Amino acid sequence: MTTTKAQRVAFGETLVELIDQDPRILVLDGDLANSTRADIVANARPERFFEMGIAEQNMAGVAAGLATLGFIPFISTFAAFSAKRDLDQIRVVIAQPGLHVIITGAYSGILTGKTGKTHQSVEDITIFRAMPNMTVVAPADDVEVRKAMHALVYDLNGPAYLRLTRDPYKTIFDDSYHFQIGKGVVLADGEDVALIGTGEQTVRCLEAADLLAAEGIRAYVLHLPTIKPLDEEAIIYAARRTGRVVTAEDHTILGGLGGAVAETLGEHYPTPMKRVGWRDVYGESADNNALLEKYGLTPRHIAEAAKALLK
Amino acid sequence: MEPLTPQRLKELEEVAARVRARILLAVHHAGAGHVGGPLSCTDMLVALYFHILNVDPNRPDWEDRDRFILSKGHSTIALYTVLAERGYFPLEELFTFDAIDSRMQGHPDMTKTPGIDMSSGSLGQGLSPGLGMALGARLLGKSFRTYVILGDGESQEGQIWEAAFVAARYQLDNLTAILDYNGLQQYGWRNAPGEHMFPPIENPAQKWQAFGWRVIETDGHDMAQFTAAVEEAQTTRGKPTLIIAHTVKGKGVSFMEDQYDWHARVPTQQELVAALAELGQSDLLVISQGGD
Ligand SMILES: Cc1ncc(C[n+]2csc(CCOP(=O)(O)OP(=O)(O)O)c2C)c(N)n1
Repeated sequence: MTTTKAQRVAFGETLVELIDQDPRILVLDGDLANSTRADIVANARPERFFEMGIAEQNMAGVAAGLATLGFIPFISTFAAFSAKRDLDQIRVVIAQPGLHVIITGAYSGILTGKTGKTHQSVEDITIFRAMPNMTVVAPADDVEVRKAMHALVYDLNGPAYLRLTRDPYKTIFDDSYHFQIGKGVVLADGEDVALIGTGEQTVRCLEAADLLAAEGIRAYVLHLPTIKPLDEEAIIYAARRTGRVVTAEDHTILGGLGGAVAETLGEHYPTPMKRVGWRDVYGESADNNALLEKYGLTPRHIAEAAKALLK
Repeated sequence: MEPLTPQRLKELEEVAARVRARILLAVHHAGAGHVGGPLSCTDMLVALYFHILNVDPNRPDWEDRDRFILSKGHSTIALYTVLAERGYFPLEELFTFDAIDSRMQGHPDMTKTPGIDMSSGSLGQGLSPGLGMALGARLLGKSFRTYVILGDGESQEGQIWEAAFVAARYQLDNLTAILDYNGLQQYGWRNAPGEHMFPPIENPAQKWQAFGWRVIETDGHDMAQFTAAVEEAQTTRGKPTLIIAHTVKGKGVSFMEDQYDWHARVPTQQELVAALAELGQSDLLVISQGGD
């Protein structure tokens, strides 16, 4: 079940699909369309594509103004910038009024194509999940990107942050997959340990489950594509079923998926945990495998965390 | 737009005097709020809501209404008062300014107050949503216009210039920004107490023209002149317009005019009485429920 389609390509293609069925959809770009692949829209449906230049704060505000008229704008730049460069604008004119604007963070996490720490987004999930009214979604693969984008347009009437990756990895879902905002998805059953992932790290959780299976350890794998609203029930169920929880995200362990799961379990069902993610550091530029290895984000790291809990 | 007859102008001037008094009453009652900035833009807000804007107080969500954004959101009590005078909500509600559960929030909140087209309060942000509305109007084939009042201190924010550039790029002639050019900000570059070394922004005309905008200068307290400036903006094609409105912070009350201290100060009972007398609005004092 491998594919070569990157999330960003699915993003661009799905935008065209949405534009063709819905006159409310617009795309605003912060001079990165050929990276984020919003250029698929610029080329195919130029009348719905608006270049906003390298001016992210204004872009957020323009989207808010358009949303008041009933448009559903997608604003597109790198995750590293979309959370931080225009954070106050997102807070005041998008999140506080609850406007239906979809903020897309391209090139999220550590795998940004050798651009290094300025372009890696370590804390975007934490920031956005702390904002009232905000929905936060990090799909695992290209199929889920498409499904999530449809859901964010049709099943939501408020602001959302969509966290996307740059490079093609693996496709785990097929077209029959039903994405629901706020719902976790159980991908494997097992009673020894629960692996809870978000974004592309869910794929690595599945790979970690295979490594564990080879050692006779049965892992339960829960995918949480929506980090907010959080599927607390699914998290508590996973903890009850296994008694041990590992979280995995390409993001800081502070306040992101690991933080959210720890908050939930701490309050409702205290359970031994390990959080796999960036350990309160900024990154650097290197090829993907070297980065995943050095920052502790490989399936092996996830499996090791699980085994440590089993000791 | 209808012509502004001398008779109508006189009526509007009376409204403006009343609005000024009600602003002071509300701030006095709340024991908090801004004064100088609201008084600075009062005449323009009255001209806009009573004469220029195509709006309907009974249908604040009417799709084809002109849009207005008070980017310098700290002056919101002026906007609330004008909206109340225009019939968007009862005048008594002004006395809930800043109170718990009130629709009269300390800064404009589009989710709470009828007639507020965009939330603001964090300075520098209002022009961009205005740009979005103007762009959206064009996409929808609608003829409504969008107006945004900016502060001169606020113009120090970089986002204003991002929006200035992009609005000109899209040739948004349905967008009009109005600079409340009163020469003061909250603190700024100060010299001796009460004196300022530099105005918040110098040569705004040159700057905005360089960004590709039509620039018109006017007196922001002369509603006839101001209205004529807006009419000129409406006939401009191919570029957005900035109206530089020369104003006086604290306008209308002698001891508040051009005074830093009155940026955000609550008048004492004595000051309130004196101010209302100057405005010829002493009769409004009886409805003041607050006081010290
Ligand atoms: C981003 C931001 N920084 C600071 C403030 C605090 N503040 C409120 S009003 C003000 C001065 C505004 O000056 P100006 O725009 O000239 O308005 P006016 O003098 O007309 O009141 C400041 C600094 C704010 N509201 N937003």
